[in-house]
Amino acid sequence: MTLNEKQIELIDEFSIFDDWMDKYQYIIDLGNELTPFDEAKRTKDRIIEGCQSQVWLDASFDGNVMHFEADSDAIITKGIIAMLIRVLDNEKPEEIAKCDFHFINEIGLYEHLSPTRSNGLASMVKKMKMAALMAVGQKG
Amino acid sequence: METTGKRKFNLREIREDFPALRQTVYGKNLIYFDNGATSQKPQYVIDAINKYYSKDNANIHRGVHHLSQKATNEYEASRKTIATYLNAKHTHEIIFTKGTTEGINLVAFSFGQLLQKGDEIIISAMEHHSNIVPWQMLCERVGCVLKVIPINKKGEIIYDEYLQLLNDKTKLVAVSHISNSLGTINPIKKMIDEAHKVGAKVLIDGAQSIQHTKIDVQALDCDFYVFSGHKVFGPTGIGVLYGKEAILNKMPPYQGGGDMILKVTFEKTTYNELPFKFEAGTPHIAGAICLGKAIEYLNQFNIEDLEKHELELADYATDLLLTFEGLHIIGESKKKTSVVSFIVDGAHPFDIGTLLDKQGVAVRTGHHCTQPVMDFYKIPGTVRASFAFYNTKEEIDYFIAALDKAITMLR
Ligand SMILES: Cc1ncc(COP(=O)(O)O)c(C=O)c1O
Repeated sequence: MTLNEKQIELIDEFSIFDDWMDKYQYIIDLGNELTPFDEAKRTKDRIIEGCQSQVWLDASFDGNVMHFEADSDAIITKGIIAMLIRVLDNEKPEEIAKCDFHFINEIGLYEHLSPTRSNGLASMVKKMKMAALMAVGQKG
Repeated sequence: METTGKRKFNLREIREDFPALRQTVYGKNLIYFDNGATSQKPQYVIDAINKYYSKDNANIHRGVHHLSQKATNEYEASRKTIATYLNAKHTHEIIFTKGTTEGINLVAFSFGQLLQKGDEIIISAMEHHSNIVPWQMLCERVGCVLKVIPINKKGEIIYDEYLQLLNDKTKLVAVSHISNSLGTINPIKKMIDEAHKVGAKVLIDGAQSIQHTKIDVQALDCDFYVFSGHKVFGPTGIGVLYGKEAILNKMPPYQGGGDMILKVTFEKTTYNELPFKFEAGTPHIAGAICLGKAIEYLNQFNIEDLEKHELELADYATDLLLTFEGLHIIGESKKKTSVVSFIVDGAHPFDIGTLLDKQGVAVRTGHHCTQPVMDFYKIPGTVRASFAFYNTKEEIDYFIAALDKAITMLR
């Protein structure tokens, strides 16, 4: 599946809910399913401080594709992280660097990624892209 | 009661006065419990804003023309309304500012100019960042020392520690009347009297008290009292610094510009008298006029009636909240205003806030600009419901049901 197909798949999954609480229940479920972050990995260099909730991100490049692991102390934030990881994990850095995360808007979760929202997610997306750009540089 | 000529407290009629309360969010009726952050505005204030810009708009204190006179008169009338409401001795003791934050910064700068290295300033551990950072900046600038009155687990000032901190080096005590994150009402009258005994001045941060309780600055004998218009049913961008005449006269101006001068030459400028000395530049004229209208609106009522209803709401909400397993109220002073902060085991405040929002309930989550308070309790933040007199018990019932649903989803 391409990166964009994964986004469309997520949009489809959410399209069955017309109630906000159902949407959020699904986000919470996704958050709960996300592989928990190793306690040992919750280090200062991986933390992205938000005003309200915190995010930890670990990004790596295996020479071919990117790998992401992330976590948050807030479960809704974690659910959105799970979606971002589903879309971006195992993708080539070139693809990630130019990706536009339209699914967030289309699902109606824009507020969570707006730069003024103090949950660390906007900075996390920036860091994911940065990691991908650096990987592109490494290859080049 | 009728003899006082005050408007009767009728909740249904009061709610009619606030158009913002009549709306839906995400298809649900809006329940606005974020009054600690800002209050909604009565139609009376909204109409006054509209009227000002439609009919009276002109710059003040400078034009000879009709409109300028009219705007000036209304601006000064508002100052008088506020002075009367606070029972200030003189109308020129009322300085218009942008809000609480600017009022504190003004005092930190101008009063700060009178301080010297080694002088001490006392604040409390429950202050809003606005009543911490300006003092830290002053300390850096002048070399003063900042002392902090600790709080106990209930979220109350430890009074004995306060007395210990006072000494003849203390030049200023700056404390909140009511804490925005804990709801605690501080014993400011006693604190002011104690501070005066060592010759210190006292600034009261009234951001969370002006909207809940009657303020009489002469009875309190505070040297400064600051508040924000937007928290007392008035516009944003306007606030008040009350200061005693004698002290304000000693303080140098805060900002330079138009209106604050008597005569300017390149050699020497002489400053205008109070209150203009502290109001440089074109002020927020509409804001100032409409803040006066907000105070007029509030003053139709017996504020004790409003206070009583608000406290009933807070008690009602607290009792219901305590029925949740693993819910902890943060701020358990016996003397509290209508602010209820809480945390829930196993549910992050941010998640609770998000799920309440989607059900139409507006609360505040996070550290509420009081990070030291959160550090004290070792928590990332709280969920805070803060009630105004236009809120109802039915709204609290809905909020409790919504919270129950949120917690069930999160655990
Ligand atoms: C106790 C307290 N002090 C100061 C402020 C700052 O007020 P403003 O942002 O209106 O200047 C607030 C506002 O939340 C407050 O609650």
